[in-house]
Amino acid sequence: MVKPNENLMEVKNLKKYFPLRGGFLSRAAGEIRAVDGVSFSIRPMETLGLVGESGSGKTTVARAILRLSSITEGQVLFEGRDIFKLGREDLRKLRRRLQVIFQDPHASLNPRMSVEDIVGEAIVIHHLARGPEKKEKIVTLLEIVGLSAHYLGRYPHEFSGGERQRIGIARALAVDPRLIVCDEPVSALDVSIQAQVINLLKDLQRRFGLSYLFIAHDLSVVRHIAHRVAVMYLGKIVELATRDRLYTSPQHPYTEALFSAVPIPDPTVKQKRIVLRGEMPSPVNPPSGCYFHPRCPYAEPICRQKSPEREDLGGQHWVACHLRKRAGHKINSNKGGRNQ
Amino acid sequence: MTKKGARTEDTTFSELRSVTKTQLIWRAFKRHQLGIIGGIILILLYGFAFFAEFIAPYSSDLQVRGKAFHPPTRLHFFDEEGNFILQPFVYHYELVDRVFKVYRPDRTIKYPLRFFVRGEKYKFLGLIPSDIHLFGTKAPGHIFLLGTDKFGRDIFTRLLFGARISLSVGLVGILVSFSMGALIGGIAGYYGGVVDNLLMRVAEMIMAFPGFYLLLALRALLPTALPSTTVYLLIVFILSFIGWPGFARVIRGMFLSLREQEFSLAAKALGSTDLRIILRHILPNTMSFIIVAATLSVPAYILGESALSFLGLGIQEPQASWGNMLAAAMNTRVLASFPWILVPGFFIFITILAFNFLGDALRDALEPRMRTSRQTFTG
Repeated sequence: MVKPNENLMEVKNLKKYFPLRGGFLSRAAGEIRAVDGVSFSIRPMETLGLVGESGSGKTTVARAILRLSSITEGQVLFEGRDIFKLGREDLRKLRRRLQVIFQDPHASLNPRMSVEDIVGEAIVIHHLARGPEKKEKIVTLLEIVGLSAHYLGRYPHEFSGGERQRIGIARALAVDPRLIVCDEPVSALDVSIQAQVINLLKDLQRRFGLSYLFIAHDLSVVRHIAHRVAVMYLGKIVELATRDRLYTSPQHPYTEALFSAVPIPDPTVKQKRIVLRGEMPSPVNPPSGCYFHPRCPYAEPICRQKSPEREDLGGQHWVACHLRKRAGHKINSNKGGRNQ
Repeated sequence: MTKKGARTEDTTFSELRSVTKTQLIWRAFKRHQLGIIGGIILILLYGFAFFAEFIAPYSSDLQVRGKAFHPPTRLHFFDEEGNFILQPFVYHYELVDRVFKVYRPDRTIKYPLRFFVRGEKYKFLGLIPSDIHLFGTKAPGHIFLLGTDKFGRDIFTRLLFGARISLSVGLVGILVSFSMGALIGGIAGYYGGVVDNLLMRVAEMIMAFPGFYLLLALRALLPTALPSTTVYLLIVFILSFIGWPGFARVIRGMFLSLREQEFSLAAKALGSTDLRIILRHILPNTMSFIIVAATLSVPAYILGESALSFLGLGIQEPQASWGNMLAAAMNTRVLASFPWILVPGFFIFITILAFNFLGDALRDALEPRMRTSRQTFTG
């Protein structure tokens, strides 16, 4: 068991490279650095938000720490044990403590299975209950996520997106997990439904003492649920801080630009938007030095040459940026807007 | 399951509105009239084939002396005065030209058609002994609904016994080749990597051969004089051997994509074994494709058997199959004088048409996405 102050999950220098094959007889022609040295930790009953653009490697991180894919390098410790070194039986036990909710509520439920079978699958796999007891358990799970028992015999296509996501949550809850990896669980839903699902997730956290790794690209959603937030760019975490610190004083230029792009539903508030030029570079051929320098409005020669180290700013705030180290440089100053 | 009163009401309300997937499929299928007709024809054909001994008035190798190339016997529902009679009758046919086999009905001798008559002894499906036939006539009279061949064997009878072979080759062949294809394609798609590469290259190699020559070559490898059951199994094996690769490729593709679907990943995250993921999550999602593709591929197996038997490499005389019955029609002079020996060809045609109609309807009902490109999976 994990003591309250210890980390439930600890990810150390996680790397996942996908080989690129091409040419005659599939020579290895390079690699895609989808995740390139990511470290973070999650404490019990905590929600860690993981934000970033599409292609920044969020989902790859999720799949890796669930051991749904292999990794190239690094360690993933869950309750103090490396999940990639677990044997068959221990892995089965891990599956009961580590669960997942997927993004697409259409693709994440098997269209050929009824709700009863979908939610009950874990119960069957782990021999948790059988017969009427099993059914009772499934009904309880459905009620926990706000669905009624007469949905049991129905199939996924008969439900709305929000309801399907609830079924997905019930499925994850069936094994009574400690940590749930939520891979963009609300980004496919309507805004009103998003709020319902977020609130449900928060309720469940309180009720069952769950931890979440909450992956999203919508910063306002993350703000509602996360205790700490990590910002990913091109396979690396560029900044990690508590929610309040990150939202009030972002330190990395990328974080800053991201936040300036969040729409504020109030016409009287004038926002200064930092518009980033260009696209996120390809992870096949990442830029030299700091991966962000081609788009960074403050970039200096050093950014092109050296990859920045993670710097601890105190108060659980980490940032990887050269410019932070310069005394007197204020990132929020009015200097920006020009690209190189 | 209902605990509160309010919920009970809700249940009845939603049950009125909700339509199950099966109902939706059935509705879509019913819209396809040709498909329904095809299905009914197939049920009839397979039904007739199953009850061959009972429905056929004779046994498949009974040669009636002096009745070679007998034309189809007409059933008469009206007597000489033009009155309708409940029990139809047939005339006795007289052989008038021994060389050219010309027969003429002798209107003085009538044999009434009888139902459930006692005739030759047989064992139904080789198990239940009986001598009751669906219809027939009294002793010296004969009833040849579709005429006879050059040995004086009843073509209608042989058609039924031949159907057993020709129609079942399709089903058994599909069963074998699709199991092979699903297994090999499934392994290749699910595990990927080297296994995938190896299996798919083998499949492509088999596909690269022109199917029919491969068929002939395989048959030529094996001895010709074999007992008929062995030959039957051989044909099934050969056809399946040619048929599996195309199917395996498609299944591989489906496994490849379904394996990465979020529901498969969710199952894996829950701790499902590979076998469970394959059987519960992937295979059921390929089922509708398999059913449709199988239905559309059956004709190729029926044609394959017919072709082999037609060339004398398949089912051997005296056992009947549609293919070797057609072999008698190779001679154009014979065909011109006795066109009824072409009847098995007509039945092959009908069967294949029926399978295609049924397959089309099933595809529209089960796999609307497949509508654009139609393919069968044999060489």
